[in-house]
Amino acid sequence: MKLDSMYQDVILDHYKHPHGRGLRQGDAEAHHVNPTCGDEITVRVRLSGETIEDVSYEGQGCSISQASASVLNELLVGKDLTEAQRIQETFLELMQSKGRVEPDDAMEEVLEDAVAFAGVSKYPARVKCALLSWMAWKDATAKALSEGKTA
Amino acid sequence: MTILPGLLDTEAIRKDFPLLDRTVHDGKKIVYLDSAATSQKPRQVLDALSAYYEQHNANVHRGVYTIAEEATALYEGARDKVAAFVNAPSRDEVIFTKNASESLNLVANMLGWADEPYRVDHDTEIVITEMEHHSNIVPWQLLSQRTGAKLKWFGLTDDGRLDLSNIDEIITEKTKVVSFVLVSNIMGTVNPVEAIVRRAQEVGALVVVDASQAAPHMPLDVQALQADFVAFTGHKMCAPTGIGVLWGRQELLEDLPPFLGGGEMIETVSMHSSTYAPAPHKFEAGTPPIAQAVGLGAAVDYLTSIGMENIARHEHAITEYAVRRLQEVPDLRLIGPTTAEDRGATISFTLGDIHPHDVGQVLDEQGIAVRVGHHCARPVCLRYGIPATTRASFYLYSTPGEVDALVEGLEHVRNFFG
Repeated sequence: MKLDSMYQDVILDHYKHPHGRGLRQGDAEAHHVNPTCGDEITVRVRLSGETIEDVSYEGQGCSISQASASVLNELLVGKDLTEAQRIQETFLELMQSKGRVEPDDAMEEVLEDAVAFAGVSKYPARVKCALLSWMAWKDATAKALSEGKTA
Repeated sequence: MTILPGLLDTEAIRKDFPLLDRTVHDGKKIVYLDSAATSQKPRQVLDALSAYYEQHNANVHRGVYTIAEEATALYEGARDKVAAFVNAPSRDEVIFTKNASESLNLVANMLGWADEPYRVDHDTEIVITEMEHHSNIVPWQLLSQRTGAKLKWFGLTDDGRLDLSNIDEIITEKTKVVSFVLVSNIMGTVNPVEAIVRRAQEVGALVVVDASQAAPHMPLDVQALQADFVAFTGHKMCAPTGIGVLWGRQELLEDLPPFLGGGEMIETVSMHSSTYAPAPHKFEAGTPPIAQAVGLGAAVDYLTSIGMENIARHEHAITEYAVRRLQEVPDLRLIGPTTAEDRGATISFTLGDIHPHDVGQVLDEQGIAVRVGHHCARPVCLRYGIPATTRASFYLYSTPGEVDALVEGLEHVRNFFG
């Protein structure tokens, strides 16, 4: 069934047992909403130089948006910013592929659990859900960096 | 098959709606439960649209040639049909807009630019309710921000009704305008017009009624409502998108200033100033949505031939059945009235902790089209402490079998996420 390609077990696992959920101390945060469905997320980042010490988050929304935040936390914490940006860009490329990108080994190595979202990219209305926390993370990181420079 | 008293002959009616025949997801017959967002269109309306474009297309109120006269007669004929449909005292009280949002924005802007006694300014108050569609919130917020007028609203009771217990404090001598929805687009609640109108008239406030979810589903009589303005949209009542209606009392339309300026709305124009055409043309600047108005006229004919009383009775029967069946689903919480009394055929609910987005996705896989989200009525979701709802809405072509399909579909959703 097509539905199973969207709701991969990996996604449902992250939804039911989210990683790193809850807001903790950080350098900057961003709050993003999906106005069409009411999904909301606040993402907070803590940096130590170029290293991502923590990405904490709190939000409400569908399984896709919440699982995506959990995967983001698992993937990005501990990475340096250049690597994290590469992961974010790869995920964005996958999500904007309209189901036309079949993740290969190289992509799977970069995205790990996040490749499970490949099926979601076939559903235009749900792509925003999957990207919500990633966009908020990007925003929060940009804020943290610009505040760090002026401080 | 479930037979309920008051049902229309849906087997015959559904033959008029080509889309209801299509399938999705490998041959699943579509179960369309999103008529509150937009209705499907009967063949009669689609035929009127193509006949207009194939036989009569010309701009209106301009040409002296045959098809221009025909186009004008069709466009103005649609106005006559709409006037009769809402029992307007005069056809000149029917203004065509592009949708209900434009109709409501038009009123807000008329009042913002008006002279006394209509003028909304920093000493005055605007009253709305917490169950409004965003289209009846944001135009008033804009007017309030631009004029300094205070925006007030009626809250909601736990069972999805307007809380009118403090009506005398909400509507006061300072109130210039009271704007409220006749039937809620998220909860289906039918609001008590008379109590609100009586209080508004006591203090001399204008009354605006958003009838977007009423006009398609029940007899609408603007004289019986005793409102000053009534707004609704065509696409929810079998007409095409791009055509809406604002009905307004004639003396108000004469007194109030135009909002959009342009062709069609003028009498004479010089480089220094202009004079305006009488209503309704004063409020219809530019080439109007001609084909869409003709389509609305055909939709009115179609609905009238079935009978609005009959449609209301059908939907009431469906609502009674749906409310009862849905409450049999474990973990389902209705948002709004839990009986069919004073409620329309729009039913919102939550299903345990399963997010409406996920509910809608799994239902779609079974061919069932529902709306999920906050339905452009986010304050209602905030009021009831929920992020969103799943909404099923019914119309003259809906059947008890489709209610059963929804209930079965929800079982499947529970199993999927269980």
